[in-house]
Formats: sequence, structure tokens, C-alpha cells
Amino acid sequence: MRVIVDQDRCCGAGQCVLAVPSVFDQDERTGIVVLLTEIPPADLESDVRATVDLCPGQAIRTEGSPKAPDLGGATP
Amino acid sequence: MTDEAIAYPFARTCPFDPEPIVAELRETRPVSRVTLSDRKPAWLVTRYDDVRGVCTHPAFSSDTTNPGYPEVFAGRSKPEEKEKSLISMDPPRHDEIRRMLISSFTVKRAEAMRPRIQELVDNLIDAMLARGGHADLQSDFSLPIPTAVICWLLGVPAEDHLFFQERSATRLAVAAGSDDVKTATEELMAYLDALVDRKAAEPGDDLISRLYADFVVPGLLDRHDLVDLARQLLIAGHESTASMISLGVLVLLEHPDQLAELQADPSLVPGAVEELLRFLTIAQLLVGRVATADVQVGGELIRAGEGVRALLNSANRDKRAFDDPDTFNIHRNARHHVAFGFGIHQCLGQPYARVEMQVALETLFRRLPSLRLTVPLEEVAFKYGSAVHGAHSVPVTW
Repeated sequence: MRVIVDQDRCCGAGQCVLAVPSVFDQDERTGIVVLLTEIPPADLESDVRATVDLCPGQAIRTEGSPKAPDLGGATP
Repeated sequence: MTDEAIAYPFARTCPFDPEPIVAELRETRPVSRVTLSDRKPAWLVTRYDDVRGVCTHPAFSSDTTNPGYPEVFAGRSKPEEKEKSLISMDPPRHDEIRRMLISSFTVKRAEAMRPRIQELVDNLIDAMLARGGHADLQSDFSLPIPTAVICWLLGVPAEDHLFFQERSATRLAVAAGSDDVKTATEELMAYLDALVDRKAAEPGDDLISRLYADFVVPGLLDRHDLVDLARQLLIAGHESTASMISLGVLVLLEHPDQLAELQADPSLVPGAVEELLRFLTIAQLLVGRVATADVQVGGELIRAGEGVRALLNSANRDKRAFDDPDTFNIHRNARHHVAFGFGIHQCLGQPYARVEMQVALETLFRRLPSLRLTVPLEEVAFKYGSAVHGAHSVPVTW
């Protein structure tokens, strides 16, 4: 899954940082969203997907890797 | 289904729950016609998805000077009496100004203040203990916390904190006459005006000093607008958080099993705070918008120029968004609540509000585990008619 943020739409509410601080941050000088990683680890995908809906500015979207069925035995 | 218009706002009668008519409308007429107190018609939107839609659709304007804007309080309907504020501004100016502020309101900045907030909360509890076995939780505990935080942010000296608390309370009290509100507003503005001069001459590590240097000096923000922004932040950041602390305590006291779980496991506190925000939704009269183009909301056509009130407290009790929504449950995932609003106007101060509530509730029930009301719940003086729900006083012992 790839995360895309639209800094022009960001209103700095911080919902994404609160939800997944290892993926989203806020620029210290502007407060606007900064991506720490474009490709979040698999175990954070559902949390990242939730931020799409939580973001009040609708500034986050995700691409690819639609929720895969859990096949078990996946290697870390 | 009738087209008979209902009078809005409703009279709140229960300390924690929205008026029964809210749930009825949400199920039977989710986008309904109402008549406001100035006799103007408006649409009332009550379902979660529709409320979020109104908050995010670019055709809905927050401009209170638009003749179609649906005012809740009849007394504030004259354009010249309306206060310009960030929440009544539209893009692009809204976004320009909000962006000047954001860096002081990040999650990290709020977290960095946590130790200072913890010390403040401990000092307030020490003072309550020193004075004896009784306190008014609202004035001795809940109000001083957000007052201190917003004053720290703005750079208001500690000795002036009480001054702000009193004037902000007057401005929010429904019982206050318009002259009282006017006087309180003028006194606040005069103080902040002088404070801006002090910060211009002797800058500190605070929001007013930063905004002055970065935006007023290069001509991107009028000095007058800075004073007004400071006023808005003081008022927005202050009584609402205090109400959430007081009402949060009362809700937890009404749910002793969940309170015991919180006391045993503080890692549950952040989730409990989100659930309190959802359950109480104290900004009970928000949101107002006016359509600038024809828009469909929940199957109804809202025409350009018509006013809409979108109820956050109703959205947060919508079973389409939350299972068993009228039950208070600290274990639910309530993160998608709209207690802070939604869209570009969502509460700027929410990271501070969260830290304040988390520290206040965790510390209070840890240090005063037998805290309880000294009167029955129904005798507590709730602010039923006010824009932000809360309690005038909360007598407690421990």
C-alpha cells in the first residue's frame, strides 16, 4: 500500500499523527502533514486506511494493496 | 411525513443525552425543516454521514454575514453585531489564517506540554486537599486547567488568568444580558490589545510573539486581526475543555464499573476520553452553514441561499456510525466521532484538549479515588441553554 498526502488540503488537525505516529508527522515550522514513510508496514495498513476517513481535510488517500485476505504463514 | 416546521434550538433537559426529538428526527426526518428563534427557516441535519457531508462540502459557507446564515441566537442576527472569527470564515482567507496558527497546535507541541499540565493538575489537587474535604470541581479544578494552558500558549501572565476566566464565562452565559457580554468582550479586547504591544516590544516564546514577528511585521496579518485571533483562541480553548472535564467526571461517576477499570489500568484513559467526547458532544449547537449553490443532502435538495444546522451531538449518537450509540462504553473505538467538528474548521486546539482531559481525569481519580458528588446528579446546575453544554458548579467531596 502506498500513502499519498495532499499538503494543500491539510488543515493541521493532527488526527493522522495521533492515529499512526510512525507514518504521519507534522512539520515543526508549519504544522502541515509530513509523511515519514510512503509504504507503511503491513501491520499498520488498516490503521493508515482509517486515517483516510478520520482526516477532516480529506488530505489522505491510499493506493494499491486492497485489503488482502489473511492467508496465514506470511513472513515478517 | 409532514412538512410542519419544528422550532430550533431545542431545550436540553438531560445532563448527558441530546433531547429525545433529536433521535426521533434522525430516524424519521434526517434532513428536516426547522424554524429558528428569529423566525427564519433552516434545514436541520442529524445523520452522521450527512453532518460530515455538510461540514466538508465546498458549497456550504460558514460566513455569518451572509443573509441566509442560520443564527441560533436571535440577538446576534444583525450583521454589524456579528463577530468575525475563524469559524465564520471561508477559504481562501480562512486557510491562510489557520495555517499561521497550526504549528502551535500540533500533536507534538501539545504532548510537550504534558509534564507542565501534570504539574498544574497536581497543584490544583494539592490545593483542594489543603482547603478541606469539599470543592467546587468546576471552579477549583476544571476551569483553571484550560485557562492556564491557553494563557501559556498566548503568553498571558499567570496573574491575569482569573480575569480571563470571568469574562469568558460571562460571554458564554445565556442568562447574561447583552450589555454584560459587550462589557466583557470590550475588556478582553482591551487587555489583549495591550498584550500585543507588550509582545511586540518584548517577544517571548509564545503564540502572540510568533504571529507578530512572522505575520504582522511583514504585513500578512493586521495587528487588529491578531488581537481578535487571540480573543477567539482564549475563548475557544477554555470553557469547552473545562466543561468536558467536569461532565466527564460526572459520567464516570455514573458508570462506577468503567471508572474502576480506568483506575486499575490508565492505558484505557485515552480511549475513554474519546468516548466521553463522543457521548457528551458539548458543542451542542454547532454547526451552522449557508448553501452557496444547490446541494443534495440526505435526499433533500438544499437551495443556494438556504441555511443548514448540522447537529454534531446527533451525528455522534447515530447507530449507522456507532454500535449501541446511547451506551457509554470506554472500550469502543470512538475515534471517528465529530465532537470537534469535521472539515476544515475542525477544532484547532484538540491536541491540547485531549492531553488536558487525559491528565485531569487520570490524576483526579488516582489521587481522590473516593471522589463523589455531594448533591444528587439532578440537582447539579447544568448549562442547558448554553452554546457549549456544561455545569455552572459541581460540588464534590472525597
